[in-house]
Amino acid sequence: MSKESKNLQETARAFGGAKRVGDILLNNALIIIMVIAVIYIAFRNQNFIKAASIINILAQTCAYLPVALGVGGCIVLTGTDLSAGRIVGLTACISASLLQAVTASSKMWVNLTPPPVLLVLVIAMVIGAAIGAFNGFFVAKFKLHPFIVTLASQLIIYTFLLLYMKAGNNGGMAISGLDKSYSDFITGCPQFIKNLTGGITIPNYVWISLLLTVVMWFIWNKTTFGKNMFALGANEEAARVSGVNVFATTVLVFALAGAMYAVTGFIEGARVASNTANTGLNYESDAIAACVIGGVSFVGGIGKIRGVVIGVLMLRLIFVGLNMVGVNQDLFYVIKGGIILFACALDMRKYLVKK
Amino acid sequence: MEQPALLEMRNISKEFPGVKALDNVSLAVRPGTVHALMGENGAGKSTLMKCLFGIYAKDSGTITLDGQEVHFKSSKEALENGVAMVHQELNQALTRTVTDNLWLGRYPKVGGVMVSERAMRQRTKEIFDQLEVHVDPRAVMSTLPVSQRQMVEIAKAVSYDAKVIVFDEPTSSLTEVEVEHLFRIINMLRQKGCGIIYISHKMEEILRISDEVTIMRDGQYVATKAAKDLTMEEIIRLMVGRELTNRFPPKENVPGEVILEVEHLSGKYTRLEDASFQLHKGEILGIAGLDGSGRTEVLETLFGAMTRSGGTIRLHGKEIRNKNPGESIKNGFALLTEERRATGIFGIRDIRDNTVISNLKSYLIGGICLNEKKMKADTDWAIQAMHIKTPSQKTQIRSLSGGNQQKVIIGRWLLTKPEVLLLDEPTRGIDVGAKYEIYDLIIDLAKEGKGVIMVSSEMPELLGVCDRILVMSGGKLAGEVDAKNTSQEEILTLAAKYV
Repeated sequence: MSKESKNLQETARAFGGAKRVGDILLNNALIIIMVIAVIYIAFRNQNFIKAASIINILAQTCAYLPVALGVGGCIVLTGTDLSAGRIVGLTACISASLLQAVTASSKMWVNLTPPPVLLVLVIAMVIGAAIGAFNGFFVAKFKLHPFIVTLASQLIIYTFLLLYMKAGNNGGMAISGLDKSYSDFITGCPQFIKNLTGGITIPNYVWISLLLTVVMWFIWNKTTFGKNMFALGANEEAARVSGVNVFATTVLVFALAGAMYAVTGFIEGARVASNTANTGLNYESDAIAACVIGGVSFVGGIGKIRGVVIGVLMLRLIFVGLNMVGVNQDLFYVIKGGIILFACALDMRKYLVKK
Repeated sequence: MEQPALLEMRNISKEFPGVKALDNVSLAVRPGTVHALMGENGAGKSTLMKCLFGIYAKDSGTITLDGQEVHFKSSKEALENGVAMVHQELNQALTRTVTDNLWLGRYPKVGGVMVSERAMRQRTKEIFDQLEVHVDPRAVMSTLPVSQRQMVEIAKAVSYDAKVIVFDEPTSSLTEVEVEHLFRIINMLRQKGCGIIYISHKMEEILRISDEVTIMRDGQYVATKAAKDLTMEEIIRLMVGRELTNRFPPKENVPGEVILEVEHLSGKYTRLEDASFQLHKGEILGIAGLDGSGRTEVLETLFGAMTRSGGTIRLHGKEIRNKNPGESIKNGFALLTEERRATGIFGIRDIRDNTVISNLKSYLIGGICLNEKKMKADTDWAIQAMHIKTPSQKTQIRSLSGGNQQKVIIGRWLLTKPEVLLLDEPTRGIDVGAKYEIYDLIIDLAKEGKGVIMVSSEMPELLGVCDRILVMSGGKLAGEVDAKNTSQEEILTLAAKYV
C-alpha cells in the first residue's frame, strides 16, 4: 500500500474517531450540562454540597420518583399519562382523610379510628391501579391515543377529588391533623439511622421509594411482562403475532403506573401534611420530563429504570440548586421548558435514520 | 453505431467511516434503452442512486446528463432536470387522494395562490389514460392496494416528463398482470427515447425487459453486458462472484402422515372463503396466487391473527380453535409474517430480545423471574443454527441485513418448537445467496418432520422448494397441483380462475 493512501486512511480514521467523540458528547449533552451546572452552583453556594442539602435533594427525588417510574412504562408503549398528577392528588387526600388523628379538628370521617397504615397504602394503590386500568382499557380496547384518554380521565378524576373534599365533615377544607402512626411511617426516621448519619434525618419514605425502584427494575428487566411491554412499544403488530397479549399488557402497564402514582400520593399525604384538591397538580409534567431526560424515548420500546432515576434526580438538583443561588422563581418555568425541548430534540437525534 | 450516453456516471466513489460503499463505479445509460442494475443487497446499487440524486454527496467522479456535467443537490433538483425515480418503498401521503399525491410539491395554481383542482384532475386523467392506469383519481391513497399505489407512483415519475427514470424494485408488490402492464409502460418510455435504470432482483424480469445489464458487487463495478448475451447463471455468477450451480438446495424431505386438516376456512373481515386442505408431516406446502388473492389470509386466519368466520382446524385429528396467536403458539403453530419490518422485527430492540420474545414462558424461574443465562444460550443456539451474521447478541436487529433479520425471526419461532410453520414470503427482499440459505433451512425443517406452509409470489421458488402447491384466486382455493408435475402456466391459469 502506498504511503499516501495509508495517510489518507489514517486521516479518515481520525476523522471517524473525532465524530464518534462528538456523538458521545452530544448524546450525553444534557447530563454534561447538568453536571457543569451542579459544579457551578456548588461554587456559588457551599451549602449546596453539605449533607443536609444532599439529603434534602435525595428526599425530594424519592417523593417524585414513583410517578416517573409509572409514567415511564406508559412512555415505553409510545404513550403518555396526563392523569398522573390528579391520581396523586386523589390518593393523597384519601390516604390523609383515612388517617386523620382522632383528635383532629373538623375530621372528615368523625367516627373512624385510623386503620393500619399499610392497609391504607394498599387501598390507595388499589384505587390508583383501578384508575390506571380504566385508562389502559380505553387505550387497548378502542385504540385511543393515551394522550386523549388520560386528558379526559384527569378531568373526571378532578371532579371525584373535588366531591371527596366536600365529603363527610370536611366541607372542602385542607386535610390536616394526621395520625402520628402515618406521619411517623412516612416522614419519621429511626434512631439508629440518625446515629449513623450523625443526627441528620433521612425520612422513611426514601426507603419505600428505593424499594419500589428495585421492584420496578425487576419488573422491567426480569419478567415476561416487562419483556412484553418493551416488545409492544417497539412494534405492536409484531408483538401481537408473536403471541403477546396486547390488551392485557397495555392494561397492566397503565394499572401499574396508577399504583405507582398512588404511592407518591400516599407519601405526599403525610409529607405535605395539609392536602387540598391541588395536591399533585402538574406532577405528570415533571415526571414525563424526567423520563425523557433519562432516555425513555417517545419512539417507544426504549428506556431504563436507571435513566428514570437519573432524570428525576437531575431535575431536583437543578431546582434546588437554582433556589440556592437565588435565581428568580419566575425563570424556573422557562428553564424547565427549555430542558424538556432540548432533551426531546437530543433524544430524537439518536433514533432518526439519517438520509 | 454506439449512441452517446444520455446519463453517464463515471468513476463514482463514496466512503463512509470505515466502509468503502462505492469504489470507482461507472454506469452509462443510452437513450431509448433499459439498463438493468444488479447486485446483491449491499452491493452499492442504492448508494449509487443516492449519489445521482444528491441524497449523498459523492467523494469523487463525475455525472453527466446530455453531455453536461451536473451536481444535483436534492431529488427535487434532479426532477427539475428530468431525472426521476420510482422508489421501492412508497413514500406517499396515505390520507390524501391519488390526485393530491400525484401533484404534491407542484400543485397547479390559479392566480398564484389557489390550487387548481380542475387542472389537477384533468392532467391526472390525461396521464392515466396515456398509461392505461385504471385507478380512481379521487380515491384516498390508503384505501388502495399496494400494487395500485405503486402504479400511481410510476405514473407520477412519468408525469414529470423525465429523460431518465430509475425504477427501484418496481415489481416487488405487483401481480403478474400488473407487471405486464408496467413492462408496456416501460416499452412506451423506451420508444420515446427515455433512458431507464431498472433495479431488480428478479432475473426473469431483467432478462426480458432490459437491453444492457450492469452488475455490481461489494461496492465495485463488475461488468456491463448486453442482456441478450447473458443467462441467469451467468448473472448470478457475476453477482455472487462464485458459481451457484443450483438456485435451490436438494429436496430431501419425505412427507409422512397427515397432521393438519383444515376445512371450510373463511375469514370474517377478509375475502377468504371456504378453503379446505391438508398438511402432511415433513411436507412443504406452497400457496401461490396473485396479490390480494387471499394467500396471506389463509395463513393469518389459520394462526388466529385474522378473525375466522367459519371452518374447522384439526391437528392430529383433534379439533383446535387457534382463536388468537397466543393460543396458536401453544398448539404448536408459528407464523413468519409477510412484512418483516412492519410486523416481524422489533427494530429498536437487540437480537436477544427479538429471539426470545415468543418463548418467554419457558425461561421463567419460579413463575416470576426470567432466566438470563438460558435466554443467552438459546440466542447463541439461534445465531449458530441459523448462521446469523451479527457482531453480538446485543446488536439492534434493525442494523442487520434483511436476510439476517429473517433468520432471527425463524430462530425465534424454532425456539417455540412448532409443529406447523406458516411462512409468508420468507425470502422477500433478501439477496440471492441468503435466499439459498433460507431454502436450506426450510427443507431441513421439513426433514425433521415439521409441516411447512409457505406463501410466495415468486413461482420458481414455489416450484423449487415445495411438494404440493395450493393456488388461491379471488379469496377462494382454485386448485392444488403437484410441484414436480406442474408448470408456471398451469399455476397462472388457476390463479386467474376467480379474478
